[in-house]
Amino acid sequence: MNWADTILQGALLGGLYALFAAGLSLVFGIMRLVNLAHGDLIVLAAYLILVLVSTLGLHPFLAVLIAMPVMFAAGWLLQSYVLNRTLGPDILPPLLVTFGLSVVLQNGLLQASSADSRRIPSGVLETASVAIGPLTIGVMPMLTFASAVAVILILNRVLYGTELGRAFRATSDDAVTAGLMGIKPHRTFAVATGIAMAIVAIAAVFLGTRANFDPTIGPARLIYAFEAVIMGGLGSLWGTLAGGVVLGVAQTIGGAINPEWQILAGHVAFVLVLLVRPRGFFPRAVD
Amino acid sequence: MHGRTIPWRVETRTKASTVFAVIAALIVIAGLVAPIYLPRATLQDLFFILTMLVLAQSWNLLAGYAGLVSVGQQAFVGLGAYAMFAGVVLLKLDPLLAMLLGGVAAALLAIPAGFFAFRLQGAYFAIGTWVVAEIVRLVVAQWKTLGGGTGTSLPGTATRAMFGTDLVQRLLGVRPAQAVDVICYWLALLLAVATIFTVYRLLRSRHGLALASVRDNQEAARAIGVDARRLRAMVYLTSAFLTGLVGALIYVQKARISPDAAFSVIDWTAYVIFIVVIGGIGTIEGPIVGVLIFFGLQKLLADFGSIYLLALGLIGIVIMLFAPQGLWGLFASRTGIQLLPVRRLLRGGSLET
Repeated sequence: MNWADTILQGALLGGLYALFAAGLSLVFGIMRLVNLAHGDLIVLAAYLILVLVSTLGLHPFLAVLIAMPVMFAAGWLLQSYVLNRTLGPDILPPLLVTFGLSVVLQNGLLQASSADSRRIPSGVLETASVAIGPLTIGVMPMLTFASAVAVILILNRVLYGTELGRAFRATSDDAVTAGLMGIKPHRTFAVATGIAMAIVAIAAVFLGTRANFDPTIGPARLIYAFEAVIMGGLGSLWGTLAGGVVLGVAQTIGGAINPEWQILAGHVAFVLVLLVRPRGFFPRAVD
Repeated sequence: MHGRTIPWRVETRTKASTVFAVIAALIVIAGLVAPIYLPRATLQDLFFILTMLVLAQSWNLLAGYAGLVSVGQQAFVGLGAYAMFAGVVLLKLDPLLAMLLGGVAAALLAIPAGFFAFRLQGAYFAIGTWVVAEIVRLVVAQWKTLGGGTGTSLPGTATRAMFGTDLVQRLLGVRPAQAVDVICYWLALLLAVATIFTVYRLLRSRHGLALASVRDNQEAARAIGVDARRLRAMVYLTSAFLTGLVGALIYVQKARISPDAAFSVIDWTAYVIFIVVIGGIGTIEGPIVGVLIFFGLQKLLADFGSIYLLALGLIGIVIMLFAPQGLWGLFASRTGIQLLPVRRLLRGGSLET
């Protein structure tokens, strides 16, 4: 067994988990909303890309460019017409509505596409790899990790360098005062969820080309995303990437020892991190 | 202020609640003798309704009163069931005794699980409980003597020799398998009544008042000396014990277990959440109404599989958006009727003549 290889594969897998997590982290940071349907929305986006690829014959990376605005619109509508109604001091309504949405999405997809597991074909990229010294790295995992880094760079740029980002941060700090300064909190939330869903589309193309998926795998993706966010520390996107890498490495090491321990090893790493550092590696936000 | 103080008193009883207490007692008596006049299939339906009611009441206690939204109740159902299996298969205990073991195991799990999940604030608590359930499921699936990932069955001899089966067989003149069903049904009835009674008593006690104060205003509650963390931990443990106990009971009746079924988030958490949300969260009556509606919907739509769940999810979302107090809440706010009142009303005093 090659440990260096195992750890490297795990680290690259962490990029995928960071992509799962970025949207969740953004939405929670701005409106304190935990979307329990986040994983199912990733799966929905994967099916959307699959349909675009199989009916129009597009390359997955071209399909994702169409899926991103579609998912942005879906997120915008979801936030404007459903989730905005649930926001308030009580945490019950948003949790229960998004939990309901998770069940609806899973069963809607089951109804529409059956329980068969599917995969987005990506041609030669599926098996392409480059040799770096003694290690061989798949092109797809590298692209996944690079996309995660790019998404985080752009998100940080938007959050800390643009008017929109200022509106996001102001609403996050104090929605009422932000409202007095001419920011419409509900519209800001809708844009934030839209952006989160566009990132979900990017996560979906890598989820769908990497391995098989079916309508029921959403909740597990939500849990990975959540673990990456908490381990990284709330409010820090680079922390989320670090959390994703820790999760990915723990899973591949666990899986290398015994295939049955793969997922469990990730959860155990998460619990250990939370015991040692209750607020994660790089906490920024207070809550 | 006319020189004399008019005495006031705190009341929790309503006229409807007194009438309801009588009706409830009659229903329970009718339920107790039901095995004499109801067919086995109906008893099994009632068993399902009663066990779901216990799960719904425990979740409602957590989410509706203590503000702890758990989506990991399957951890306690599954562990309770597996502990019962371990008791029967490995320790050769009577299934009745093993059920208690299930409840205790679930309560023991709640200590580290609570320690861990309580570190997560507000909404993240929900996913934390889900992670706990996943961890327990994956660990239990490694338990090879209880069938590992594929699961195992309860030995038929063990359940048929369960405490009381002889008596029921002679009393009702039924076959052993049927006697097991009758005993499970009685236990479910007992557990449902005990759960409702426990929750009712808890909410009417000082602790209940403290819980309501934490729910309504955490800072103010702390200022008058309410220890919210301790209260929540107590509720979390109580709910885990009840959930583990009913989980064990459900699997005595099912007699076949696997990690995927015993730790199913749909069966033991999603259904339960929909029952409470549809019936009315934060009331004791709500889950009772919810479980009856849930059962009716299931009878009507269960053949449609995923469409049934789709409809249930949509109903849950619509109710949460437009009538967050649920069907019972709507009814109660229109009519003012409370069957199991836990609110305190101030009567007399200078404001009332």
